[in-house]
Amino acid sequence: MLTAPSSRPSGLARLQGRKGEVHLQPACSGPRPKRFRLVGVPRRASAQGEDLAIHGEPEYQQLGPQPQASALEDKLLTHLNRRPVRGWRPDELGKMIHSLFLINCSGDIFLEKHWKSVVSQSVCDYFFEAQEKAADVENVPPVISTPHHYLISIYRDKLFFVSVIQTEVPPLFVIEFLHRVADTFQDYFGECSEAAIKDNVVIVYELLEEMLDNGFPLATESNILKELIKPPTILRSVVNSITGSSNVGDTLPTGQLSNIPWRRAGVKYTNNEAYFDVVEEIDAIIDKSGSTVFAEIQGVIDACIKLSGMPDLSLSFMNPRLLDDVSFHPCIRFKRWESERVLSFIPPDGNFRLISYRVSSQNLVAIPVYVKHSISFKENSSCGRFDITIGPKQNMGKTIEGITVTVHMPKVVLNMNLTPTQGSYTFDPVTKVLTWDVGKITPQKLPSLKGLVNLQSGAPKPEENPSLNIQFKIQQLAISGLKVNRLDMYGEKYKPFKGVKYVTKAGKFQVRT
Amino acid sequence: MTDSKYFTTTKKGEIFELKAELNSDKKEKKKEAVKKVIASMTVGKDVSALFPDVVNCMQTDNLELKKLVYLYLMNYAKSQPDMAIMAVNTFVKDCEDPNPLIRALAVRTMGCIRVDKITEYLCEPLRKCLKDEDPYVRKTAAVCVAKLHDINAQLVEDQGFLDTLKDLISDSNPMVVANAVAALSEIAESHPSSNLLDLNPQSINKLLTALNECTEWGQIFILDCLANYTPKDDREAQSICERVTPRLSHANSAVVLSAVKVLMKFMEMLSKDLDYYGTLLKKLAPPLVTLLSAEPELQYVALRNINLIVQKRPEILKHEMKVFFVKYNDPIYVKLEKLDIMIRLASQANIAQVLAELKEYATEVDVDFVRKAVRAIGRCAIKVEQSAERCVSTLLDLIQTKVNYVVQEAIVVIKDIFRKYPNKYESVIATLCENLDSLDEPEARAAMIWIVGEYAERIDNADELLESFLEGFHDESTQVQLQLLTAIVKLFLKKPTETQELVQQVLSLATQDSDNPDLRDRGYIYWRLLSTDPVAAKEVVLAEKPLISEETDLIEPTLLDELICYIGTLASVYHKPPSAFVEGGRGVVHKSLPPRTASNESTESPETAPAGAPSGEQPDVIPTQGDLLGDLLNLDLGPPVSGPPLATSSVQMGAVDLLGGGLDSLIGGPNFVAPPAAAVPANLGATMGSGLSDLFDLTSGVGTLSGSYVAPKAVWLPAMKAKGLEISGTFTRQVGSISMDLQLTNKALQVMTDFAIQFNRNSFGLAPAAPLQVHAPLSPNQTVEISLPLNTVGSVMKMEPLNNLQVAVKNNIDVFYFSTLYPLHILFVEDGKMDRQMFLATWKDIPNENEAQFQIRDCPLNAEAVSSRLQSSNIFTVAKRNVEGQDMLYQSLKLTNGIWVLAELRIQPGNPSFTEYSVHD
Repeated sequence: MLTAPSSRPSGLARLQGRKGEVHLQPACSGPRPKRFRLVGVPRRASAQGEDLAIHGEPEYQQLGPQPQASALEDKLLTHLNRRPVRGWRPDELGKMIHSLFLINCSGDIFLEKHWKSVVSQSVCDYFFEAQEKAADVENVPPVISTPHHYLISIYRDKLFFVSVIQTEVPPLFVIEFLHRVADTFQDYFGECSEAAIKDNVVIVYELLEEMLDNGFPLATESNILKELIKPPTILRSVVNSITGSSNVGDTLPTGQLSNIPWRRAGVKYTNNEAYFDVVEEIDAIIDKSGSTVFAEIQGVIDACIKLSGMPDLSLSFMNPRLLDDVSFHPCIRFKRWESERVLSFIPPDGNFRLISYRVSSQNLVAIPVYVKHSISFKENSSCGRFDITIGPKQNMGKTIEGITVTVHMPKVVLNMNLTPTQGSYTFDPVTKVLTWDVGKITPQKLPSLKGLVNLQSGAPKPEENPSLNIQFKIQQLAISGLKVNRLDMYGEKYKPFKGVKYVTKAGKFQVRT
Repeated sequence: MTDSKYFTTTKKGEIFELKAELNSDKKEKKKEAVKKVIASMTVGKDVSALFPDVVNCMQTDNLELKKLVYLYLMNYAKSQPDMAIMAVNTFVKDCEDPNPLIRALAVRTMGCIRVDKITEYLCEPLRKCLKDEDPYVRKTAAVCVAKLHDINAQLVEDQGFLDTLKDLISDSNPMVVANAVAALSEIAESHPSSNLLDLNPQSINKLLTALNECTEWGQIFILDCLANYTPKDDREAQSICERVTPRLSHANSAVVLSAVKVLMKFMEMLSKDLDYYGTLLKKLAPPLVTLLSAEPELQYVALRNINLIVQKRPEILKHEMKVFFVKYNDPIYVKLEKLDIMIRLASQANIAQVLAELKEYATEVDVDFVRKAVRAIGRCAIKVEQSAERCVSTLLDLIQTKVNYVVQEAIVVIKDIFRKYPNKYESVIATLCENLDSLDEPEARAAMIWIVGEYAERIDNADELLESFLEGFHDESTQVQLQLLTAIVKLFLKKPTETQELVQQVLSLATQDSDNPDLRDRGYIYWRLLSTDPVAAKEVVLAEKPLISEETDLIEPTLLDELICYIGTLASVYHKPPSAFVEGGRGVVHKSLPPRTASNESTESPETAPAGAPSGEQPDVIPTQGDLLGDLLNLDLGPPVSGPPLATSSVQMGAVDLLGGGLDSLIGGPNFVAPPAAAVPANLGATMGSGLSDLFDLTSGVGTLSGSYVAPKAVWLPAMKAKGLEISGTFTRQVGSISMDLQLTNKALQVMTDFAIQFNRNSFGLAPAAPLQVHAPLSPNQTVEISLPLNTVGSVMKMEPLNNLQVAVKNNIDVFYFSTLYPLHILFVEDGKMDRQMFLATWKDIPNENEAQFQIRDCPLNAEAVSSRLQSSNIFTVAKRNVEGQDMLYQSLKLTNGIWVLAELRIQPGNPSFTEYSVHD
C-alpha cells in the first residue's frame, strides 16, 4: 500500500477516510443522496454552521429568502422527490405501460393486466399511501414515484386506473391512453363501472390486449376495436352460448391500415343520418359584486354519423371566425380548414367528437344568469342568515332550465332552515353540502332561497365565504353564437337526413360570495 | 349471462375442476374453462398449475379460443419455460397462416414470451413477418424486434434485424413507419451511444410525411423522435416547424405537448427578427391553454410543463393570466401548480387582477392552499416592484383577519419583503408586533425575531420583545434559537447601553446550555467578536445584506434548457433531468437546445457546427476526444474536433491493448493474461486509442516545438451536476512537466469562492503539485482559466479503465466529483529512446501475451513525417527499414513509472493504412 500524497489541499480534509486514504465517490458510480430543488423551494446560499462567520451576514443562510414549501406542498414534493436516484434493471427498460390495475373506491384491486412480466400487487401500496394522504379521492396526485416504478393514475367514474411505468415516458401519453381505455369500456358496456367490467371480464382482457402491445398502443379507435372484438349484446351472448360462435372477429379490420384508420369499410344503413350536437359549456368565475373575473366557453361538436359507404362530408359555419382555438378529430383535413375554414372529413362510423374549441374573448362570452346573495354570520352568535336569488341575464330570449345550486358551507355550519320559493333543497350535515334544485327560471317570479343557518355554538364565526356552484342548461342556443351553415356530402349517391342541435350548459360556473 | 360468474368460484378444488373441463372434448366447455382461468388470472390468482392443459387448447381454429390461450401464455410462460416450448410449433405454424390477423397475432405473442429458448425459434418467422406483404403484419413485427431486443440484444444484432428495422422507416405505410420509429427509439434508449436513429434530411422528410397519416400514438413517437434531431440551419428548422404546427390542433393532448416540445426546441434556432418567429409564438399559446380544459390529471402534467415554458419564453402566455385562475373545485395539485404559474406571469400590467385573486384564495377553506396564496402575495411584491406597496397593504388586510395561520404566513413573507426593500415599510412593524403572541410556528417566530433584530433601533421596546422570547429559549426550535441569538447581538450592537445584560444572557444560553453545535459555534463566534473587536463585530453582523430577488426561485438556466428538451416526459413533471432518475451506468445523454445557426454562416465556418452540441453531449465520464487513434492520423484535414465518438473501434481496440495489457500485467501480478482485443472494454479502448490518434494529429506548424499533442478542452463537469459550476479541461505535457489546464465557469446565480482540488489514487500516481489557485471570487457567468501542475508521485491504485482519474473539486457551495480519462501520452517521458541493441534484445524476450496489433486507417503521412510527429510526443524511432516496399519503423517510449513500450509500425505507401505491432515489457 502506498502512502497518501503529502501536499493535500487543506480544504478537502473532509474527504479523507480512514488510514489517510482518500476515498472519492465519482459522480458516475452509484447513488449518492441528493436533494433536489423544486420550484418554490428556495436555493440556500451555502452550507450552514461552521462556515458561518466567514460570510458576513450570518442569518443570510438561515432565513430563506423566499417562501418555503407549505406542509402540503412538501407532501407533494416528497412524493416527487421520494427517491431521486434509482436504478432500473436493464431487462425492464423501455416498456411504456407495464401493467394496469383497476381499483375501486374501497381500495380493492379487482383487475390487473400485465403487458410484460407480472408486477406484484404490492406496488399499489404506494398508491394507497398517497390516497390516504390526499383528503379527497380527487386529490390523489396523478404521478407517484416508487422505488422501482412510477404509478400514473386517473380517476374516472369512481374507479382508479393505475398504470405501472418503468421508464421515462410521456405521462400525458399514458394518461390519454388510460382515458381511452375508460372510454372504450363506456362504449362497450354502456357504463364504466366495477360491475360492468367484472361482468365482461374476458372482453375487457381481450380489449386491453388489443389496445396495447408491448406498451405501444395498437388499436384504440372504437370502430376498429368493434371489428376485432364485438361488443356484448344480450342477443349475441344468447346466440353465442347456443351456437358456440365467438365474439372475436376473424378478419383483419379494414380501417386498421388504410389512410383512414378511424372508419371501417362496408358500412350499410337503411336510413342514412348525420346528426351534430353543438354543446357549449360556460366556465366562469363571478366575484362578489357580480362582475366577471374570468369566463370562457368550452365548446364541442359531437357527431353521430350513420352513413353507408365512404361519405366525404364538409361542414361549414356562418361565423367560422369564432373558432380560433380548435382541436380536431384526426379525420379532419387541416389544410382545408386553414385555407377555407371548412371542416372537411370522412367520418368514423357512429358517435365521435368532431372538434372541441375554446372561445375566451371576454366580449363573446355572455353570462346568462345572475345571483343576488347575502350570506352572513353574526359575531358571537350561533346563527347566520342565508339568502340567494337567481335571475336571468343575457339569455337571448331562451328559457334557462335545469338550474341547480350547490354550496359547500363552512365546517361550523350544523344545519340550515331554508325556504325555497321554487324547487327543493337538501343539506347534508356531514359533507356540509347544500343543494338546491331550482328547475326553470320564470322571469315573473325569480326563484329564491332564504332562511337561517345554525352554527356550532362557541365556534368562531367562519372566515371563508362559500362559493356557489351553478348548473344550468339552455336548449337551442350556442351561447358563443356559433351557427352551422350547411353540410355537404360527396362520394355517395344517397340523400342523408341531416340534423343540428345546439345546447348551452354551465361548466365550472362559480359565484363567489 | 355474464362473466361475473367466473369470480364466484373460489372454493377449494377449483383447479381440479378446471383441469377436467380444459381436457373436455366439447369445444364450448373448453372455451368456458379457459375463460374461467383468464378471469382468475385477472384478479391475481395463481393458475399457473394449469399451464399444460391450457397450452393443449392452443391448436384450434377458433380465433377467440386461440387469443385467450395466448393471453394466458404471455402471463405464465416465464414461470414454465419448458412447457412453453410446447407452444412453439403452433406459433411457427400460425406465422404461415393465410390470415394476416393470425400471422400478426402469432408473432406478437411470441415476442411477449420472455423465454430464451423460444427466442431462437422466433427469428425465422420474425424475419418473414418483417417483409410480409401485409402492412398489418409488418407493423406488428417491427414492435416485435424491440421486444426481442429487450430479451436478447445480441441476437437481434447478429440477425441483422436492426437494419431491417431501419429500412422500415422508408416503408410506404405510415403506421409501419411509426412503429419502426417507436421500436428504434426504444432500442436506442438502452444503447445511447448507438447511432440507430441516424436522422438526416431525407429520413426527416419521410417521418414528416408519415406524421400526417399515422395514428395519434404514432404521431407521438415520430414527434419525440424529431425532437432529437438537430436541423443544420434555421431554414431547415423553420420548415420542420411549419410542418409540425398542425399537430397543435390535435385532440390528443400528448400529441400537442410533443409538438410543443419540437417547436420550443427548434425555435431556439430561429432568429427573433423573423416574422415566422412571432407567428410561432402566437400559435403556441392557444393549444397550451386548451390543455387546461382537459381532465385534471392532464391539466397537472400540462401545468408542470407550462411552468417550464413560461420560464423559458414568458412572452407566449403573458396575456393568458386568467386561465390560470383557480377554481374552487380544482384538485389541490392543480391549484398549487396554477398558483405558481400565476406568480411567474405576474407583471405590472396584471398585478391588480392577480392580487385580487390571491386575496380571494386567502379566504378559502383549504389551509395549505391558503398559506401558499399568502406566500404568493409576498412573491409578487418581490417580483413586481411597483406593486410592493399594494402587496404589503393586502398582507396587512389579511393580518387583520386574525386567522392564525394566515397571520403567521403573512409575517414570514413580510420578512422577505423587508429584505428586498429595506427601510421602506417599517411602519407595518407595529401591526406585526400586535400579533406576537399568536405566533406558534417556528418559521413565523424566527421571521418575527429577525424583523425585530433588524429594525431594533426603531422599535422602542425591542429589548422587551426579545427578552420575552428568551424566557422559553430551550423549548424553541433551533431555527428560532439561532435567530434569537443573532437578533439580540444586533440589538446590542445598535443599543449597547441598555442591552448588555441581555446579550450576556443569550450568549451563555447558546454556548453553555445548548447541545446544538451550530448554536454553540455561532454563540462563540459572536462572543469572541464582541470581546476582541466590537467594531469588527459591527461590520460583520450589521453588514449590508444582498437584496433578494425573484430569481431565487427560477430554475437555473442550464437545467431549464435541458428540461425544455424533455417537455412532456416525466423529467418535465419532476423538473429534474433524467440523469437524476436513471443510474449513470445507463449512459444518459444530456440533451441541449440547438444553437442558433443561420444558414448562410454555416457554410463558411465549419467549426461552429460541431461546437454546437458541446456541453450537451458529454456523458458523465467524459470523453469524447475519444477516438484518438481515429482522428489521430486523420490530421491536417481541419482543426481538431472534439466531435462525437466515431466508429473507428477496431483501431482503438488495438491501441489500448497495447498499453493496457502491458501495464496491467505489471501492476496486476503474474497471473494476468492479456485480454484478446475484442474483450477490451470499449471506453478503455477509446481513450488509449484517442491518445495515439491525437499524437498524429499535430500539424507540423503548431506545437512541434513546445511539446506533445494537446486535446481540445472537454467538459468534465457539466453545470447542472455541480450547482452551476462548469469545469472543462485538458491535459498537456510540456518540456517534461505535466499539467491539467482547467477552465472554470460559474453558471449559477451566486459568487463562488474557496476552490480546492483533490485527486483520488490512480494508476500512475498523478497528483496536483500545487493547490488550485483561483485568485478572485468567481462571479456569475465569469470564466477563469487555470493551469494546474501535476506530478506523478501520488499514491497508486489500479483504475478501470487504466487512465481513469477521479477528481473532487470543492468550492463554497459544495464538493463535486467527476471522473475523466487522461491521454496516456502525457506520461511519455523525454528519455524514452531505447538503445538499438537493447531494443532487439528486449523485443525477442517479450512474451506473446504482451503483444497487440492494430491498424490505423486513413493516414496520409510518410514515414519521416510520422516519425517526427511521434517524436514530438516522446515516441522515438529506434530504427527504420524498408521491406518489400513497406517502411517499417521501430519505436520505443517510456512511461513515468519506468515501463517501456516498444512498437513496430508498418507503412504501406499508397495505402494510407498503417499496421502497428506493439509490444511492451
